[in-house]
Amino acid sequence: MTAGIAPAGGTLPGPDAPGSAARREWARFTPRQRLMRFAVYLLAVAAFVQSVRSVNVIPEFLQDAPEQVVDLFARMWPVDWNYYPTTVHAALVETLHIATLGTILAVVMAAPVGLMAATNITPWPALRLFAKFILVSSRSVNSLVWALLFVAVFGPGALAGTLAIAFRSVGFVGKLLAEALEEAHKGPVEALTATGAPWTSIVLKAYWPQVQPSFWSIALFRWDINIRESAVLGLVGAGGIGTALDDALNLLYWDQVAMTLLAIFAVVIAAEVFVTWVRSRVI
Amino acid sequence: MTAGAPQARAERGRPFPVNWLARAGWIALALYTVYAASLFQLTWARFVEGLENGRHFVARMFPPLFGKWDLLWTGMTESLEIAVISTVLGVALALPVGLLAARNLMPAWISWPARWLIALCRSFHPVIVAILFVKAVGFGALAGIMALVVASIGFIAKLFAEAIEEISLKQVEAVRATGAGFLNVLIMGVQPQVLARFIGFATYQLDSNLRNSTMVGIVGGGGIGATLFTAFQRFDYDYVLTILIAIITLIMIGEVLSGWIRRTFQ
Amino acid sequence: MAAAGAASGEAAGERPDRSLVLRNLSKEYVRGKPVLRGVSLAFAPSGVTAIIGPSGTGKSTLIRCVNRLVEPTGGEILFLGQDLAKLGGAALRAARRRIGMVFQEYNLVERLSAIENVLCGRLGYVAPWRAWLRKFPREDVDMAFDLLEAVGLADRARQRADALSGGQRQRIGIARALMQRPDLLLADEPTSSLDPKTSVEIMELMSDLCGRRGIPVIVNIHNVELARRFAQRMVGMAQGEVVFDGGPADLRDGHLKQIYGGEAWL
Repeated sequence: MTAGIAPAGGTLPGPDAPGSAARREWARFTPRQRLMRFAVYLLAVAAFVQSVRSVNVIPEFLQDAPEQVVDLFARMWPVDWNYYPTTVHAALVETLHIATLGTILAVVMAAPVGLMAATNITPWPALRLFAKFILVSSRSVNSLVWALLFVAVFGPGALAGTLAIAFRSVGFVGKLLAEALEEAHKGPVEALTATGAPWTSIVLKAYWPQVQPSFWSIALFRWDINIRESAVLGLVGAGGIGTALDDALNLLYWDQVAMTLLAIFAVVIAAEVFVTWVRSRVI
Repeated sequence: MTAGAPQARAERGRPFPVNWLARAGWIALALYTVYAASLFQLTWARFVEGLENGRHFVARMFPPLFGKWDLLWTGMTESLEIAVISTVLGVALALPVGLLAARNLMPAWISWPARWLIALCRSFHPVIVAILFVKAVGFGALAGIMALVVASIGFIAKLFAEAIEEISLKQVEAVRATGAGFLNVLIMGVQPQVLARFIGFATYQLDSNLRNSTMVGIVGGGGIGATLFTAFQRFDYDYVLTILIAIITLIMIGEVLSGWIRRTFQ
Repeated sequence: MAAAGAASGEAAGERPDRSLVLRNLSKEYVRGKPVLRGVSLAFAPSGVTAIIGPSGTGKSTLIRCVNRLVEPTGGEILFLGQDLAKLGGAALRAARRRIGMVFQEYNLVERLSAIENVLCGRLGYVAPWRAWLRKFPREDVDMAFDLLEAVGLADRARQRADALSGGQRQRIGIARALMQRPDLLLADEPTSSLDPKTSVEIMELMSDLCGRRGIPVIVNIHNVELARRFAQRMVGMAQGEVVFDGGPADLRDGHLKQIYGGEAWL
């Protein structure tokens, strides 16, 4: 037996030739797999090298960077705590509303699309493809770009921000929802079909109870992400704490910037703690 | 119908006891939605007006502009470069950080600071981090790369640490029971479990960085974001559409590539 | 007895003809490899019929063709004055309402309570919004409780289905099927996942409850002794065809050898 690379869990490449004393080899990966893995490594290295060579980075800036970073942090201290009650607090609350309302809206929109995209629920491939297209488009456009679009349509403010969050989240929620539906046990579905129940009742009584925990988990997960996303929308005029940040940055009031950043950090951590708590208690 | 029905019925009670907590939750949610909507003046009139604007807007976007290819090309390639470099560097840096944050391998006085560092990296949207780096190191791709490296560390190190903490010690024991040395234990017992998941994280982060690299330009971090933002400000909506199509195509290619890489390392 | 008949909601004289006739029923999952080869059977309007035979011989396919969970490739299924093979849409649903089914894996909705699972038997009769808000008609709720009593699980009405044992879950399954007030009960290997003692209890329950309501039962079963004990008629299948049709007393070793092949297990 040839000593291949020792690792466990391999595949035997190819059958033995019948009757003959073929050399039995064992290698962890088939030749084809080895080739593919090598291709990935090669691609990664090539991409990296090419990028480093052609990217436009001025070496002096790079050398300067540590000193600049230290200088930046020096300007941020001491933090301007006064900025909080005057501006930051209201903006923070608005950000939370944007994130929450946006998530709610997204979930409401994503539910039918997710149902449409699930192979075991929608029998017509054309409809499924359409639903998948909606979900992919929603995900491929960054929330900032959605915000730009909605600011152009509805004018600056929290409305644009909420819709941006909602439209971006539909793809995320819908995709995970469709996956959860496709993983549901088919047994109860079969049983309820056999009772002559209409499609709506089957979805409500056989699928919904099964995907319920996943549904809330997905919604909570996306809400958590959306809090982070909502914080930057103000940079393009879509409301929330991004506007406070933008103002402070434009005026180069670094201590106010620091205050805003601290506030964002606190809210994000608080949201995560909350989500973890809800996950352990309720779901 | 059945004998003794009223008495039996009283004993049976309701078939579905009311879940007051759930009911309260739903009502609270409904009330909140109405409240928040009113805060944002989500009136029907405004919505209809917006739809009108929306229609004009979309009309101005079609057809997409077939021109300014040079600008598009430089922007897109720069975004791609930013994404690739930051993913590779981010992954490389995330490995030691994640290792340091694993509570089953490291003592508390090492793992706690590491975990806080990771939390810090994760809390801020890459665009915000990009702003800071732009102020620190100037406009251009460098700021974008640094911002996305931070984001990558935050994501990958956290998941890497969790993966290490979840290692099934049984498999490690089994390998050790064959008399293998430490390095072999690592290769055979530890690595197979975490490698596949790790590849999953890395490809996910590549996709994420690809998305974000198109955005950091808005705040000066290089890439196509700046071109996009300028087009918006100039009301060149047909060029906006061209850029968006290019971005979406790039992201979709990225997703396909990620899927292929993941399957290769299954 | 009269009370039992009244409990099932119809006077004995109004009962429709519950005989089932299969004519030339065939099914091919893969072209050229028929699982059912032109099976023709006539089932009496009452009593228990057991279908026996080795795995893969088409027993389960036969049962599932009756309520069209499996689409037959050819043949007729005559029940209640209709050819079930030709129905679609609302007509098919209406026909399915009249046929109850019990499954090997019980197929309950795990997160719902026992009583709610039983009430699911009425889903073919109530509007979806009623099912969603759990506003079933009072008489349905009463009947559900009655059925839970009849299967001996009245005290567990509000317990979640996944908190029940296998035998208990199958009882709920039977109650759910009877909730439909069916004219026929199909059972696809109802005891295959249960221990011997529970299997006997389940078969007893089914034949008892259905016998009292005058509902014919067709059971797909692989335990020959169990079949002999509870069925009035036995149908043996081999390679998609009927090779034996008669009473339990008529079933001899020779027949069993023909059905199952080999003697070692006799």
